[in-house]
Amino acid sequence: MKIKYGIVVFPGSNCDHDAYYVAKKIINEDSAFLWHKENDLQGSDVIILPGGFSYGDYLRTGAIAKFSPIMNSVIEFANKGGIVLGICNGFQILLETGLLPGVMLKNESLKFICKDVYLKVENKNTIFTNKISEDVLQIPIAHGEGNYFADENTLAELEGNDQIVFRYSSPKGEISDEFNPNGSKLNIAGIVNKQGNVLGMMPHPERSSDSVLHKTDGIGIFQSITETIRSKVAEV
Amino acid sequence: MFKAIVIIKRRPSILDPQGKAVEEGAKLLGFNNISGTRIGKYVEFNVDAEDYNSAEKEVKEYAEKLLSNPIMEDFEFHLEEAK
Repeated sequence: MKIKYGIVVFPGSNCDHDAYYVAKKIINEDSAFLWHKENDLQGSDVIILPGGFSYGDYLRTGAIAKFSPIMNSVIEFANKGGIVLGICNGFQILLETGLLPGVMLKNESLKFICKDVYLKVENKNTIFTNKISEDVLQIPIAHGEGNYFADENTLAELEGNDQIVFRYSSPKGEISDEFNPNGSKLNIAGIVNKQGNVLGMMPHPERSSDSVLHKTDGIGIFQSITETIRSKVAEV
Repeated sequence: MFKAIVIIKRRPSILDPQGKAVEEGAKLLGFNNISGTRIGKYVEFNVDAEDYNSAEKEVKEYAEKLLSNPIMEDFEFHLEEAK
């Protein structure tokens, strides 16, 4: 049985094809594009909200996308325990919908940053990371608004519940301001919700999953998701 | 018909790097008396409503649900009957 990855396409999405490609050609699962005006998730086992500039990032990143018809279905899917991965703009949309806590501010430098960064994998017991063997991943970021912000209580809660999955770090996994590219609180690069079925991350694993690119550190995330779903199906 | 203006500001506790950068520019130009620059958003639109109260209700809801994000922003609005 193949796992079906549903990739939501908003006007302005631009990493949708990369995600589709990884799902279909790299990990050899099934994949489908889900247009934002539809509300049918087409039987997807996992939903990806891809990177890009949905609705031109007008007003605030992700602010308008959250009212797309497809998002009602995605929110319902997530609330029932469905697996949702938001990458970059997808993460920003998850924050706007409230599926994940916090907001994204402009990068502290005010610059759009496109470069490889190192991520310490802080929690390997999630749906999204349980097949990752490395402690530190090298995955690119490409964003102007990835400066994660939440109030102190929310941050304490995220830490207490092990919801911080990825932090910007040195190649050896040291966490400090020096390795924080955008000013994010606690060097946060990716978080899960309390239930553990929704992950948002600013770095782009779909851009580092093909060996042709000599960068494959992102593939573990897709493998983790796939294996989790497959083992669940096997249990039933 | 009513005319509404909504002004969205970052909460005081939220860093405004854009405002900070613009203020740096002000200093370079010699505007040494300028401080506390904060950059926000200005949105104007018409509201087709029976009376002021229902127009006000709609503007508030619009600003709360879409125009601002309460985690980082506050808003204020001005509303008047269109002439």
